[in-house]
Amino acid sequence: MEKVIDIRHLNKSFGNHEVLRDVNFSVAKGEVVCLIGSSGSGKSTLLRCINLLETPTGGEIIYNGENILDKDHDVSKHRTHLGMVFQSFNLFNNHNVLKNCVVGQQKVLKRSKQEAEKNALKFLEIVGMDKYINAKPSQLSGGQKQRVAIARALSMDPDVMLFDEPTSALDPEMVGEVLKVMRRLADEGNTMLIVTHEMEFAKEVADRIVFMDKGVIVEEGPPSQVLVNPVHDRTKEFLKRTLK
Amino acid sequence: MSLESILSILEQNWPNYLKGAYITLLIAIFSTIIGALIGLFIGVMHTIPLRKKSFKSFLLKIVNFILSVYVEIFRGTPMIVQAMVVFYGIAAYGFVMDRFLAAILVVSLNTGAYMAEYVRGGIVSIEKGQYEAAEAIGMNHFQTMVHIILPQVIRNILPATGNQLIMNIKDSAVLSVISVTELFFVTKTIASINYKTADSYLIACVMYLIMTLTASQLLRLFEKKLDGPKDYNFQSDKKSA
Ligand SMILES: Nc1ncnc2c1ncn2[C@@H]1O[C@H](COP(=O)(O)OP(=O)(O)OP(=O)(O)O)[C@@H](O)[C@H]1O
Ligand SMILES: [Mg+2]
Repeated sequence: MEKVIDIRHLNKSFGNHEVLRDVNFSVAKGEVVCLIGSSGSGKSTLLRCINLLETPTGGEIIYNGENILDKDHDVSKHRTHLGMVFQSFNLFNNHNVLKNCVVGQQKVLKRSKQEAEKNALKFLEIVGMDKYINAKPSQLSGGQKQRVAIARALSMDPDVMLFDEPTSALDPEMVGEVLKVMRRLADEGNTMLIVTHEMEFAKEVADRIVFMDKGVIVEEGPPSQVLVNPVHDRTKEFLKRTLK
Repeated sequence: MSLESILSILEQNWPNYLKGAYITLLIAIFSTIIGALIGLFIGVMHTIPLRKKSFKSFLLKIVNFILSVYVEIFRGTPMIVQAMVVFYGIAAYGFVMDRFLAAILVVSLNTGAYMAEYVRGGIVSIEKGQYEAAEAIGMNHFQTMVHIILPQVIRNILPATGNQLIMNIKDSAVLSVISVTELFFVTKTIASINYKTADSYLIACVMYLIMTLTASQLLRLFEKKLDGPKDYNFQSDKKSA
């Protein structure tokens, strides 16, 4: 299988605090990978290293055959290949829904306004937010904001979508609408790396589950293995805690 | 004081009063705009992320140090003294500056020093998530500032800028020390001729008040306009089809 992201011996420390230790893992094209683990285990940090919001302190991140940690690698261009969805949405407060999905296409990808709006509308329709193009972020509910954030990321036509606990900041009744959108994206063959605490969802959509603990990958495999018959004690313990 | 005497002062001097008020307004408006731009520039310079140990970051540090010195000097001294130092200081080099331009220079520099702090505070108070979201779609620092951060900062410092405008309308009175023919200077001249000091200044007082009240009302309207309609336009099926 063609590897899109290939991470080798990745380390990340904040000061003398080692947050990621010798992390090795990869994501193949079209694969949906769910990253699980307890709070503080380094899931967000790993995701943020992949689009260089954090700078790793060691190891390699190979993206489509190129090491993105090379000094002369174009960081901005690399980031356009990855769509990032944050726990706290982070919609641009000064722009309405449509402009949120257009501004990156225009300024970074240099698309024409017309082309950018057409593309944005396509994805806003997919997430069910095409009727709200004139609304400002402050006028939307959490679930609506997150769906716009997903459309914004998709509008850049990324190769891989990264999700960092996209439903954790949502009221329970809004979790479903966001997961529904993500399920659809998974079904359509998008490559996705998802940090989540939604175990049912992970079991359903993931091709592979990766369990992290204290900065290392403890166990990975298909959901039927990791979530149902885990090998490691730490995984068992974590599942016992989260599933009850 | 009597209404009669006030009316007679107005009758004889209204063109001068208006001219004085006009100069006051010009100084206040131009200086506030220029000062806000200075403040914006300094605020942006102070928040450029430094990459360790490059020549560029060394230069940036020096420039920022100079800018900080400027801010401290202009915030730490009275404008009336600044006006004297700037005007007579430049004159001492044999270059007599136009008094009106000197006034704009002094008030702008003074405003810029205050606005720099507001802008820096405004930039710092924008959530980290706004930067990260912009960077995550591939924007560089410059694009992030121009398209995402500064529009929000400008909106946030608008009330402070409005305050500054009102302060400038009032404080430009001190420029009379360098004989700028703004409202206070004009009033002083009128009073020195007619000896009706209280009445002459009462008229100036009302004119200042009219200017400041109008300014704050206009600014409030402007802010409302910027914020756009309270309700968004829901796109009906007919429209989107
Ligand atoms: N900018 C930072 N500076 C210092 N320490 C950090 C920073 N970001 C994260 N950490 C530390 O790194 C560790 C891993 O954090 P991370 O956010 O990656 O965990 P996580 O698995 O995403 O947890 P959660 O499920 O709570 O989101 C934590 O101990 C955290 O305190
Ligand atoms: Mg996290």
